[in-house]
Amino acid sequence: MPMQLSPDEIVIWDLGPVTLTGTIVFSWVVMVLLVVSSWLITRNLSSGPEISGWQALLETIVVLIRDQIRAVMQKDPGHYVAFIGTLFLFISVSNLLAIIPGYSPPTGSLSTTAALAICVFIAVPIFGIQGRGVVGYLRNYIEPTPLMLPFNIISELSRTMALAVRLFGNIMSGRILVAILLSIIPLVVPIALELLGLLIGQIQAYIFAVLATVYIASATTRS
Amino acid sequence: MEQATLIGLGSIIVGGLTMALGSIAPALAEGRAVAQALSAMAQQPDESNNISRTLFVGLALIESTAIYCFVVAMIIIFFNPFWDYVVAQAGG
Repeated sequence: MPMQLSPDEIVIWDLGPVTLTGTIVFSWVVMVLLVVSSWLITRNLSSGPEISGWQALLETIVVLIRDQIRAVMQKDPGHYVAFIGTLFLFISVSNLLAIIPGYSPPTGSLSTTAALAICVFIAVPIFGIQGRGVVGYLRNYIEPTPLMLPFNIISELSRTMALAVRLFGNIMSGRILVAILLSIIPLVVPIALELLGLLIGQIQAYIFAVLATVYIASATTRS
Repeated sequence: MEQATLIGLGSIIVGGLTMALGSIAPALAEGRAVAQALSAMAQQPDESNNISRTLFVGLALIESTAIYCFVVAMIIIFFNPFWDYVVAQAGG
């Protein structure tokens, strides 16, 4: 079946020991787009009534993310905005750029989503220890009773895997459905499904960020 | 029945059944979740934002089971290692 399961199989350039797969190239495209555009917009920051439209756009996005994090965590967002905002913006932009022909979202590859889930898996203990100290964070695992220790560890591992597979499954299924429909009903239906895929991409970016916030909140609240 | 036919038959039937049976429970659960969320929003319209956000997160968590079934069905139908082995044997 000449259909790719993921952008891992699109080889852009074969450099001998290293092959540039589609995943790597498209991830770099998203990263360069985000970094260059935010550097260009924040070069001359100004406050007051005469800020540029682009700066207003970035400020709106940051304020929205801060409010969402404050609503979920029930306390001041602080330095969590950087990590969670980056997660949300990377996944959101990489799914949104799917509208460009020839581009395949790098989140449609299990490698990218597993990397993002492992970032969350590492960030939760770091934020937990920062917020509650090592002993306070480790005490989280034996609440409510020490019998729950293996279940807490298993749930920690399984929810990381669930994060990765949920994002991968949603994006990959959108892509493959459109590819299958293009060979059956090529007229109007693939466009409707492509639209649905874009919407699902944004929803999944939001879900990923909110779930990361919930996990960090459960590790840093003093009960 | 020879091996190739058996593997092909089993893969197709199981692939279809995985998706069909695996999407019953998540669909019913999501229906219940949305119904409860709507009645809660009707009772307390001020909390709509909170309720919507929690509803979306809950729906994503329920949906993930259906997504697992879909991924397994896709792998069985399109990227089946047993079928590839059988085809390689028959070709070679």
